[in-house]
Amino acid sequence: MNHDDIRELLHAYADGELDLINAREVEQHLQSCDNCRREAEQIRALREALAADSLAYCAPRRLRRNVRAALRREAKTSDKGFSLWLIFATGAACAAILFGFVFFQTTRLSRDNTIVDQVIANHVRSLLATHLVDVASSDQHTVKPWFDGKIDFAPDVHDFSMSGFPLVGGRLDYLDGKTVVALVYQRNKHPINIFISPVPGSGDSAPASSSSRGYNIVSWTHREMRYWAVSDLNETELRQFVGLVTR
Amino acid sequence: MFRLTESSRLSEFERKVLPHLDAAYNLARFLMRNEQDAEDVVQEASLRAFRFFESFRGENSRAWFLRIVRNTSFTVLKKNRPDEMNVAFDEELHGGQTPAMDAGAALDRAQDRQTVRAAIEQLPPEFREAITLRELEGASYKEIADIAGVPIGTVMSRLARARHQLQIILSKPK
Repeated sequence: MNHDDIRELLHAYADGELDLINAREVEQHLQSCDNCRREAEQIRALREALAADSLAYCAPRRLRRNVRAALRREAKTSDKGFSLWLIFATGAACAAILFGFVFFQTTRLSRDNTIVDQVIANHVRSLLATHLVDVASSDQHTVKPWFDGKIDFAPDVHDFSMSGFPLVGGRLDYLDGKTVVALVYQRNKHPINIFISPVPGSGDSAPASSSSRGYNIVSWTHREMRYWAVSDLNETELRQFVGLVTR
Repeated sequence: MFRLTESSRLSEFERKVLPHLDAAYNLARFLMRNEQDAEDVVQEASLRAFRFFESFRGENSRAWFLRIVRNTSFTVLKKNRPDEMNVAFDEELHGGQTPAMDAGAALDRAQDRQTVRAAIEQLPPEFREAITLRELEGASYKEIADIAGVPIGTVMSRLARARHQLQIILSKPK
């Protein structure tokens, strides 16, 4: 990236909206470019001035009261119209449940395949949208607490830099209708996504490999957590990585 | 039975949406630039949100509610104060290039709350919106894009220009 490209990214950099790779490029550029460094400093100073004193207005108590009262009135008047609406809604809901049941039965067999497809789609999307990580850090003590309060389970986060698989960061993703943890590692130039999701009550299962559309996927279950590791890395190295994670 | 359903809908709404009333008022207050209009907008938007609560898909209740608040605000602005909507901030008139200032020192002057609030109010509505959501509500670019109904790239350029203008306003001697 040249100077002008970087300049456009300075705000996104200050807002922590850049993925790790772009953030690194900006940081490197800042070391050598006085103009950009000055501009980054001005953005930082302005953000500080805006955050220094709480500028945000709070809703007046009167407004809070009025809103609640108006909502209560609204809830009462909509009762009558609501009953008719409810009859329709009940009918529609029954139809939806029936349809859902049939749909579920017919799709259950292909379910495992669709999860593999979703895992790959998530992996590819994370690379395309410059949205590889929400928390960019190679420090497991930064990445792990970031998930606190965002999800109701605590994933194990370890950095494997010493073995050649540095931790890049983490983010939340969506898989099979659930919010899952995505941890991102890197092997040379190949990013690896690991998706983690709790499956209460399930037994452990050994890592199993599959591949699709040029991506390798290894999935396993350990201590009631389901893992999917996906990368364009070759199977041997991905297996080596999985060996580190499951150790 | 129906009374029960309706009241449970109300209590769900109160639980999921009303915690964001401060954020809603804050956004409306900076968009409308006075208390009375901000209160009216939030009241109207709350009722509208309650009526369309079925359309809420359980994703991000703050963004969902704030989108309704900002749409209500802009509707009122366009209807009652169309001239304000078209006033673009004249960067040339306001000093052009960002002054090469010692950013830290120059902004010290601006530390008091009223000065900074007044500076934000001088920005065009879309820029006030971007700054309020980003700096005061801590919204991500994605959330701001959802609320304002624009692409993330637009959010990025609005924020950049809004900050540029704020620097100019705040670094001017009083």
